[in-house]
Amino acid sequence: MHDVLRTRVNDFAVKLANVNGTGSASANGLLMQAIFRMGIPVCGKNLFPSNIQGLPTWYEIRVNKDGYSARALDYDLMVAMNSQTYDRDIKEVRPGGYLLYDSSWPLDPDLHREDITFLGVPLAEMCNQHFEDPRARILMKNIAYAGAMVATLDIDMEVVNALLEEKFAGKKALHESNRKALQLGYQYAKDHFECPLPFRLEKMDSNQGKILIDGNTATALGAIYAGCTVAAWYPITPATSVMDGFKAFCEQYRKDPETGKNNYLILQAEDELAAIGMVLGASWNGARAFTSTAGPGLSLMNELLGFGYYAEIPAVVVDVQRVGPSTGMPTRTQQSDLLLAAYASHGDTRHILLFPANPHECFHFAVKAFDLAERFQTPVIMMSDLDIGMNDWVVPRLSWDDAYRPDRGRILDAEDLEKKIGKFQRYHNEDENFVAARTLPGVSEKGSYFTRGSGHNKFGGYTEMPDEYQEVMDRLKKKHAAAAKFIPEPELLRREGARFGVIAMGGCDPAVREALDQLERQGTPADYLRVRGFPFGEVVEKFLAEHDFCFVVEQSRDAQLRSLLTLETAVAKDKLRSVLVYGGFPLSSRHVVQGILSQL
Amino acid sequence: MPSIAKPIATHPTLQRNSLGLTIRDYEGSMSTLCAGCGHDSITAAVIRALWELDTEPHMVAKLSGIGCSSKTPTYFVSGAHGFNSAHGRMPAIATGAAAANRDLLYIGVSGDGDSLSIGLGQMCHAIRRNLRMAYILENNGVYGLTKGQFSASSDIGSKSKRGEPNRMAPIDPVRLGLALGATFVARSFSGDKEQLVPILKAAFTHRGFALVDVVSPCVTFNDHEGSTKSYKHTRKNTLRATQADFVPPQSEILAQITKSGTTAVTMHDGSVVNFTAVPKDYDPTDRRKVAAYLDDQPANAVVTGLLFIDPNAPDMHELSQSSPTPLRDLAYEKLCPGSAELERLQEEFR
Repeated sequence: MHDVLRTRVNDFAVKLANVNGTGSASANGLLMQAIFRMGIPVCGKNLFPSNIQGLPTWYEIRVNKDGYSARALDYDLMVAMNSQTYDRDIKEVRPGGYLLYDSSWPLDPDLHREDITFLGVPLAEMCNQHFEDPRARILMKNIAYAGAMVATLDIDMEVVNALLEEKFAGKKALHESNRKALQLGYQYAKDHFECPLPFRLEKMDSNQGKILIDGNTATALGAIYAGCTVAAWYPITPATSVMDGFKAFCEQYRKDPETGKNNYLILQAEDELAAIGMVLGASWNGARAFTSTAGPGLSLMNELLGFGYYAEIPAVVVDVQRVGPSTGMPTRTQQSDLLLAAYASHGDTRHILLFPANPHECFHFAVKAFDLAERFQTPVIMMSDLDIGMNDWVVPRLSWDDAYRPDRGRILDAEDLEKKIGKFQRYHNEDENFVAARTLPGVSEKGSYFTRGSGHNKFGGYTEMPDEYQEVMDRLKKKHAAAAKFIPEPELLRREGARFGVIAMGGCDPAVREALDQLERQGTPADYLRVRGFPFGEVVEKFLAEHDFCFVVEQSRDAQLRSLLTLETAVAKDKLRSVLVYGGFPLSSRHVVQGILSQL
Repeated sequence: MPSIAKPIATHPTLQRNSLGLTIRDYEGSMSTLCAGCGHDSITAAVIRALWELDTEPHMVAKLSGIGCSSKTPTYFVSGAHGFNSAHGRMPAIATGAAAANRDLLYIGVSGDGDSLSIGLGQMCHAIRRNLRMAYILENNGVYGLTKGQFSASSDIGSKSKRGEPNRMAPIDPVRLGLALGATFVARSFSGDKEQLVPILKAAFTHRGFALVDVVSPCVTFNDHEGSTKSYKHTRKNTLRATQADFVPPQSEILAQITKSGTTAVTMHDGSVVNFTAVPKDYDPTDRRKVAAYLDDQPANAVVTGLLFIDPNAPDMHELSQSSPTPLRDLAYEKLCPGSAELERLQEEFR
């Protein structure tokens, strides 16, 4: 018997095929939230187009009682709401699965499949009957199919009702129409299908201490908690919601109760060249400042990232990666900005990078990014991606230590300068991390110096002399290396009898973890190392040295993490094998398992 | 730009300003520009204006882009922080710096290549934000550091040193500034200190973006016969449209006594710009009249003076409703919502 036909509780995947701009996002989000509130591990992936209205968009919900949260590629239920994509959507349903469609119109007999069950719900017909407004007729179809899913999957109706109540608090008419549409779908399913389906939901208690949050919101919140006051940006998918979130939190938390004024300034720049310039200007002047961008923006920022590196100015850049090169696929995910970020700008440059794997880490790494940028007086780039940034993830609740104070690094204040004999010298007297003290403008004449991207000696003076130039460049290299001790330690997961290692970063994490469990069950245990920043430290070197060979799982065609490892560690190139998934959709464990097994 | 320190020797009789500083206290290191460069005269005017304004040196931030003009911040106010940024990127750096600390006087120095070609977009947007800064565009119509290419401000027909005429229309920063809504637009000539110093004093006082285009001949690459940015050509064709005196706030009573037929404009801090000479019916606070006046002048005229001023337009900070305390000085305790609020907030993330 196929396992689909067995009763499965809290272990299945649903895919919803919609037309974008028709309001499906709120219905899909509602389902996801309801499952989360039932205490069941759940993950939602929004596979949306770079478009406002009319193109295909999909939403995947995976429910897994064991907590696996990567994409599952076997869809038990397809909600096919887009006739443009019926063909491929119907093909994607696993044998024995179900397809829910709008039966207001007959389905093309050619699309019929014997091995799946078709659940027809006359959504358009019902909504046309019950709603007057043409826009409502379109929007309410979504809530109606959500209602049908509540019935077929056994979603707790009380939870759904509570969600609607919160969502439409103070909007009585909307609340009423949503309730009505939900009920229409629910009742139709109850009356016409055997509910629930063989796979269904049942309340659990696994979401205590968890939240549902996307990475961009978490990043924005991190910037707030880090004490960032200046933000500069240029709108770009998929990074826009970082700044939308930052603005919303600023409005909530940064309106001064005494003056009524804003304790923040957000600059929508004319382009990314300007956005990074503004961040450098503000950081140079002593404010915590950041920008958020994606690949095309990072390309434009290269020039001034090199400036920040060489003139030693803090800057925080959040790169929410998308598919490149060029415009690429703006609403698809990838990890292909890695090498660009690591060595951004002409000349010998190297930057500090952070690789959060989920929204929880986005929050904490955002704070860390500001501390590192100021401690090391250099740009820090946090490498998020579209999957982490824009999808809702179930992660542990965020916690905050009220004893935290920003690490502003080495800054001499007026008092320090007063005690100083002679002129302040900017790049001189470095500490054990090769960082020299800086001064802020407007503090004291004794602290004045000239910031320049042109050749300078350790005193900050202009130079064209080889020895003076090299002295500064050599220190910068040592400074970058010293940062390895300060970036978050890699995550290590060892298994008994491991024959090889697997290395990944960022959003690959859930798929790799699940894959490693599967491989172990199949008798192929492997150790796992998740790098969480660059420069790499001793743990990475040791892991590479300890294993005969390692797989590097990543989302770029050119194996950029593998390249960076070969460039920046002692590992021999032939010890690293690649598993590459770079088509733009988030990974599933199947990609990883197959990728590894095919090379063993 | 190697910086050569100047010997510190102050003549005992040198006049001191209200801070007890002599004009030498506003100098920087030795200029390494060509002898006779117009930029050095502008540097001298900047020094004089700051000294006369009793500006505290450390309350100045000097910023520039790349090019000969952008070297000059090293040559004035060594007691101020300087920022020699990348080519065309100074406005963004200044915007960020001003966002972090609204209390400093931001002086940007740029050139026609830096401002009208590679950095045109950034300059336009700084104008649009009404960023509070004095933006000095040292305009010589030529790329000096790369040895003599035409710039975007080269006039049609102006000849290069090799005799080749420029055929493309120039971008006029004054017209551009007026069109974009700049709240302070002036043009002067590096050789006219009498006019330039009061303009700079007004620019340093202006609460908003003060665009000061200064024709500043390049003695090495653009001072020959046939150039429209040469000393000779500029002297011959300068049309001083307005002459203004700058009167600081403490002398306000004197400022009330204006000659008939002239205009006095009160600046945001209470100082006054006295227009001692303006053309008939000229109103420096009326953008359209100023533009119309410029239209009426002969094509080859170099119209100079403080041409337009709107002292009351909101600047970037006012437009943003940002804190009166510089953002960089806000205590962290004021900025972090704390753990209890994080707990509460997360009730929404479910």
